[in-house]
Amino acid sequence: MDHYFSGYALVGLLIVLGIGFVATSFGANALLRPSRPSPGKQSTYECGVEPTDGGWAQSYIRYYVFAYLYVVFAVDAVFVFPWATILATVGFGTATLLEMFVFLGVLATGICYTWRKGVLSWV
Amino acid sequence: MGRLHLRYDMMAVLTIGIRLAAVLTGFLVLPLLVGQLEHKAMAHMQARLGPMEAGRFHGWAQLVADGVKFVQKEHVLPDRADRAMFSLAPALALLPYLVILVVIPLGPSLLGVDLDAGLLFVLAAMGVSVLGAVMAGWASGNKYAQLGGMRSAAQLMAYELPLVLVAGSVAMAAGTLSLPGIVAAWSLWWLGWQGIGAVVFFTAGLAELHRPPFDMPVADSEIIMGPYTEYTGLRFAFFLLAEYAGIVVLCALTATLFLGGWRGPYEQQLGWLWMLLKTFALSFVVIWMRATYPRLRADQLQQLAWKVLVPLALIQTGRDRRGEGGGVRCGYLGPAWCTGC
Repeated sequence: MDHYFSGYALVGLLIVLGIGFVATSFGANALLRPSRPSPGKQSTYECGVEPTDGGWAQSYIRYYVFAYLYVVFAVDAVFVFPWATILATVGFGTATLLEMFVFLGVLATGICYTWRKGVLSWV
Repeated sequence: MGRLHLRYDMMAVLTIGIRLAAVLTGFLVLPLLVGQLEHKAMAHMQARLGPMEAGRFHGWAQLVADGVKFVQKEHVLPDRADRAMFSLAPALALLPYLVILVVIPLGPSLLGVDLDAGLLFVLAAMGVSVLGAVMAGWASGNKYAQLGGMRSAAQLMAYELPLVLVAGSVAMAAGTLSLPGIVAAWSLWWLGWQGIGAVVFFTAGLAELHRPPFDMPVADSEIIMGPYTEYTGLRFAFFLLAEYAGIVVLCALTATLFLGGWRGPYEQQLGWLWMLLKTFALSFVVIWMRATYPRLRADQLQQLAWKVLVPLALIQTGRDRRGEGGGVRCGYLGPAWCTGC
């Protein structure tokens, strides 16, 4: 087997093992547990009072801006990793470092901009 | 010749089997140890004794007894729930931590597998676990659970970024993404150089695990038990196990990246001991924080992430500079006596 991917093969085996573990415990659980369903028991739990309306309520996702921010920044942050591993290699000099500072500078500017716009304050 | 080949293959299969068994054992035992430590340490911090009966000696078997109890409990499936998603969510929350354990080195030659992109792999898998909580919250068909799931998602989004940035800083210092490689490259100076990163990483990790003071998604006084509200029996126990496995993983990762993992006196023989000691010391801090700090509000949580941790992480990444003879060094521009690492 190709040496590089054999490491990931082990990870794959472990995932299979984990699924097996979960399946076994759920199976054992199914054999050991009682099953006495009743309407009261299966109703939605809302602090013990009668549940109102549907289960999936409308809610105001106030932090959608944070979600946008996250997508922008996380995608950017991934680029840090390949850069981080080659920086120490001979042949990647000051230019590489400066490029990254420009990149981080853009990120920092983004943060400052959103901060100034008041987006980072909740209410 | 053929027979020799076969014996070789059998050896390989055996080694792989032992590794996998060791990882699974660690995954099942270490979280219980942390859980028991939490029971006892937190009890004593609050002037209680904690469990004293199970197993006769200071309640050591309490969590085993809990497990036996949980496995016999009824699985209540709410009428409003999305049945398949509801039943599978605990597995999704739990399994990523099992997978992460295989790449964390316990000693110089004690590790499951050395992936060259180990750090990236670990960060990716940690994010998946939070999806379990989001899935549970949505599939429950319960308003409180849904709110909890949404809060989990918001928290993941806020804290993933500083986590990834400071991990990048470590990768830069070590020049590799492989976890054993990072431990091998670690030196004592990193405590000062990567100190900010360590604090940011640990704090952000706590938030991803929903541990107090970042336990808003499961705030029991507001939204019952958040995404886990409708869960009973073994599936509920799996979410708890996932929380403690998450503590083990976060502490082991912090120890690996920032505290030198198995590095210490006699590291060739005792490396595993230093690694375990560092992990449990950090676990104790996690428990300590639960007993100490009040819960952060939603807005405080987001502000801490975006206005404190992200700028700190950018500073941490930005102060690395290229060394004279190759390699990356600390670019701290401070008092003259700090010459940088």
